[in-house]
Parts: sequence; structure tokens; C-alpha cells
Amino acid sequence: MTESANNEDLVMVQTYEIEAGNFTLAGEAASNIKKLLRQLGIDAKIVRKVSIAAYEAELNMVIHSLGGIMRLEITPKEIVLKARDDGPGIEDIELAMQEGYSTATELARELGFGAGMGLPNIKRCSDKLHLQSKLGQGTYLEARFFL
Amino acid sequence: MQTYYHSVTLDKEKCMGCTNCIKRCPTEAIRVRDGKAHIIAERCIDCGECIRVCPYHAKVAVTDPLTSINRFKYKIALPAPSLYGQFKKLASIEKVLQGLLALGFDYVFEVARGAEFATEFIKYRMKDQHLERPIISSACPAIVRLIQVRFPELIPNLIDVESPMEIAAQMAKNEFSKKYGVDKKDIGAFFITPCAAKMTSIRNPIGIYKSSVDGAISILDIYGPLSTVMGNGSLSNGQEFLQKATAVGVGWAKSGGEGRSLDIDNYLAVDGIINVIKVLEEIENGKLYDLDFFEGLACIGGCLGGPLVFENNFVAQNRLKKLIAKMEPHELISSDEIEQAINQCEWKWNKEILPKPVMKLDDDIFSAIKKMEELERIYADLPGLDCGSCGAHSCRTLAEDIVRGHASELDCIIKFREKVRILAQEMIELSDHIPTGKERKPNDKEEKDENKRNYQKYTR
Repeated sequence: MTESANNEDLVMVQTYEIEAGNFTLAGEAASNIKKLLRQLGIDAKIVRKVSIAAYEAELNMVIHSLGGIMRLEITPKEIVLKARDDGPGIEDIELAMQEGYSTATELARELGFGAGMGLPNIKRCSDKLHLQSKLGQGTYLEARFFL
Repeated sequence: MQTYYHSVTLDKEKCMGCTNCIKRCPTEAIRVRDGKAHIIAERCIDCGECIRVCPYHAKVAVTDPLTSINRFKYKIALPAPSLYGQFKKLASIEKVLQGLLALGFDYVFEVARGAEFATEFIKYRMKDQHLERPIISSACPAIVRLIQVRFPELIPNLIDVESPMEIAAQMAKNEFSKKYGVDKKDIGAFFITPCAAKMTSIRNPIGIYKSSVDGAISILDIYGPLSTVMGNGSLSNGQEFLQKATAVGVGWAKSGGEGRSLDIDNYLAVDGIINVIKVLEEIENGKLYDLDFFEGLACIGGCLGGPLVFENNFVAQNRLKKLIAKMEPHELISSDEIEQAINQCEWKWNKEILPKPVMKLDDDIFSAIKKMEELERIYADLPGLDCGSCGAHSCRTLAEDIVRGHASELDCIIKFREKVRILAQEMIELSDHIPTGKERKPNDKEEKDENKRNYQKYTR
């Protein structure tokens, strides 16, 4: 089940609403997360990893889901990125984790997305990744980055 | 804290305190306080955007005067290839180089030639498969500093090869001292510069401890005297032929010139600092991982669009294009020469490039988070007009300044008006409470109501 950061340790939480199919706003949440972490003085390497993961997670929600919420939790030990969406869910998580595998629509591909690098990228950037999905209901992603 | 040197400075007398420069600054480094612009030294990257945009010419670039070359016994000119695009109907590049001799220089070494060696060093360095891709060009110092301030995550991607200017200075001094048997200490190398960022790099180098260049003279300053001597036609032709650079090196003056020179297909060249920022964001998001080389230049059109050039950028581009087309195919650098240069020249950075975390709110993460929350609260309460009247770049920047203790909410003109309105309201309310013992005018209220009715009639 989902691990939640110990409430006592939790020092900052930010939530971002992600709209499905809106390519104008796609990437905005990730860009805000990047700015925030930088202003907090988080190490540049970690900022980059979190923002790449946040960007990919955000794009996944824009392309595949019916919309959802992204949540950023910061504790003195780690940064946790949580993304929960309503949508079709992922049929085969193992397959989805493979580089180059994608179920993106024609429209998304025309816009240059859907290269099948999203989840593999998130896995590569994070220290711990938890993915949970139920067909026809939605997906929950939790990526941890140790400070 | 180290002290910062900047070429870009303010002429206080001329500054009107308008919002043009604060809105255009890519690192939010300018604030207007007490009616004058202030440049925040830690943030400024010397890109020169403010010089270009200031309608009162209050932003200036400090460069060395031509007379400063007399500090040295022997003087070498290092002309940037962008200099060649400044002259109308230029018969040959050689004429410009001979003109520089006539101005008092003893020797001329083209930075375009330095660029050709830089090309070879970069090619050599790019063989290292461990370098982070895309490799980012370090030729434009404003972009390198932009990366330090805004994209510290991309510092490992910067190619650790010195700029054509530094390479040219080293080679010129070596060549001259060998040829004439003089001490290198007596030789001064002066860059003829299209931009302020290069001037800053001489005083405050990036990636190296000390620059081999001794000063910089702006193209704007040298253009007048140089065109005069070039027009005289009495150029001493006794000297050897100075022009050695090929189209490859001269092409570096334009956007894409460096990328083209590297003989790779997979490069991307972007000019104009706002455009560069957008692409760096893409790189930062890991979207351009399949790209080999990224060349970003702060000025539109590349160095030909520098803030210190004389001629219109696009006119100069066209001229340079014609000059390059006319250039006879010179002998390229031989492989022996390259090997020799790789071994003899200090072409690789030897000083670490550090991030400049100027956006950070506090050194302590807990205080930073507190300030962040405070910032969000203040920002939510600001009007969101981004008008710049407070002297900051945007409402968000003002909120940041308030949190840092450099500004107050009442610096916002809208907030200020609101406050005045509330005060005025309170005064009217107070005026209704006439102290006991004084008679109230009987028709005060009726008059007010009458006015209100009239107003409503008009507006209906």
C-alpha cells in the first residue's frame, strides 16, 4: 500500500491539479516544482531528477488519464512525488516500464509525445518507485528522492 | 563573498527609472529603487539585453579605450569575426586587419583562427563518450553564466574548452614572442569585442584562473578610427599577409557557425537569450537527450547581433555571408598543427564551474520553506498585473523581495492606492463624527444624496 511520509517530518506539501488533454498547460506543474525546489536551495542534481520525473508524470496524466492530482511532499530526508489520476489504468505495468512502449494517441504523437520513455525515465530518476493501477479506474504513482 | 566585476553598468544621470530594463532582464537582476535602476551584481550575467532596450542609453558597457593599448610595449589585436561585417563594400578581410596595424597594433591574430582551433579541440573532446549529452557550447559567456544562475543542473553538460578569444590570445602571444624574441610580459593582447559579456570574462574568467587577454575594445569605439584609416588607402603593405582564418572560423560570428564547424548532423543552434532559455528548459526536462550538441547564443543572430556592434545585425549578417562566399579556400589546419596545439595550448578549463544559487531563499531549508510559504501568501494578495511600477520584474519578484526584506507591500502601486482609499474612507467616516459643541451644517447630507442621484441618472 502507499507509504506516507511521517506527518511530523512533513515540512511542506504542494498540490497541483492536472487537466487531461490540455497540452497548453502541460509541463506547468513540473516547471513550478522545479522553481520551488530551486528556491528552497535543494541540490541541483536532485532538482533535475525530481523535475524530470514530475514532467513525465504530468505528461502521462495529460496524455492518458481523465485528469488527476500531483502532490509534492518535502521532508528533511526526502522528496516524495505522488500522482493520482482517474482514467483507463495501465494494463501491464511491466510492459509500460519498457523503453519505447507506448499507448499514446495519434494526437499526442503528432505533438511529439508518446515515445515510450515516460515511466522508464521516472524510474531512472527516482530512488524508489511505486506504481499501482486498476483497469478502468486509474493509476497511482509514488516516486521518492532521497536528500 | 567574492566581489563581482561587471562590464554592464548604469549611468545614473541618464536613468529615468522606467520599467523597460527590469522587464527584459533574463535573470531578474534589475530593480528600480528611488527612481533609479540598480543591478544586482550576483545575478547579472552581462548579456547586454538592458543596453539594447534602454531608451535613455543609461545602461552602458564599460570597455577599454583604444589608448589603453599603450600600457604595453607590444600590442596585439584580436578582432572578433563579427568586426568584418561592419564595413560597407569591404574588398577583403585583409584590409580590416591592415587597418588595425595602422591604428597602432604591432600584430593581428584573428579570433576566427582561434575559433578554428577551438573547433578541433571540441571535436577532440567530444570523443569522450562519458560527457553528458547534449554537450552545451561554452562559447557565449552570457549563456555560461545564465546556466550558472538559472540552470545549474546543466553545468556538467558545458564543454570544457576555452573560448576562441582565449585560444587566440595564447597562440598570438606564443607566435609573436617566438618570432621577434620578445618577453611575453611585454605583449598586450586586446580583443575587439561585440559584447560586454566578453569584457567581463577577461576580468572575471569562467573555467580558468586568469585570462590571457589584457583588455577589450568595443567594436563601437574602434569603428570610427578604423574606418578612417581604412579609407586612407595608405595601408602599409610591407607586412606579411595577416588573414589566415577560413570560412569555418569566420562563420562563428553567426548563429550556428560553431555547430556547423563540428561536422556533426545532430546539433541545434539557437540565438536570442529568451529562445535559448526555452530550449535549455527542454534540455533540463530531459527532452533532448538524443541531441549531441547545443549551441546557444545570447544575441539574436549570434555575435553579429552583439550590443556593442555598429552595423544593423541583419545588414551585417548579409555582408558576412557574401564575404564568406568570396573567401578563397585556405589551407585548413593540418593534423600536425592540431596535435601540436593540443599539447602546447592550455585549451581546457582548469577551474570548476560552480552554480550560483541566487534564487535560493535561505541557506537553511526550514527557513527557506517558511519564506516560501510567506512568499506564496504575499503573492496571492498582490494584483498580478506585473506592471513593474514597484521596481521589480513582476508581482512574484516583488513578493520574493518582500520575503527577503528588500521591499514592502506598499511598494505596489495598487496596494498603495487601496490603502489610500481605506484611509480616505476612514477620514470621511471620522468627519461625520463632528465633536460635540460644534453645530452640524444642516444641508450636508441632502447635498450628498442629490449628487448621488444625479450620478446614477448619468450612468444609467
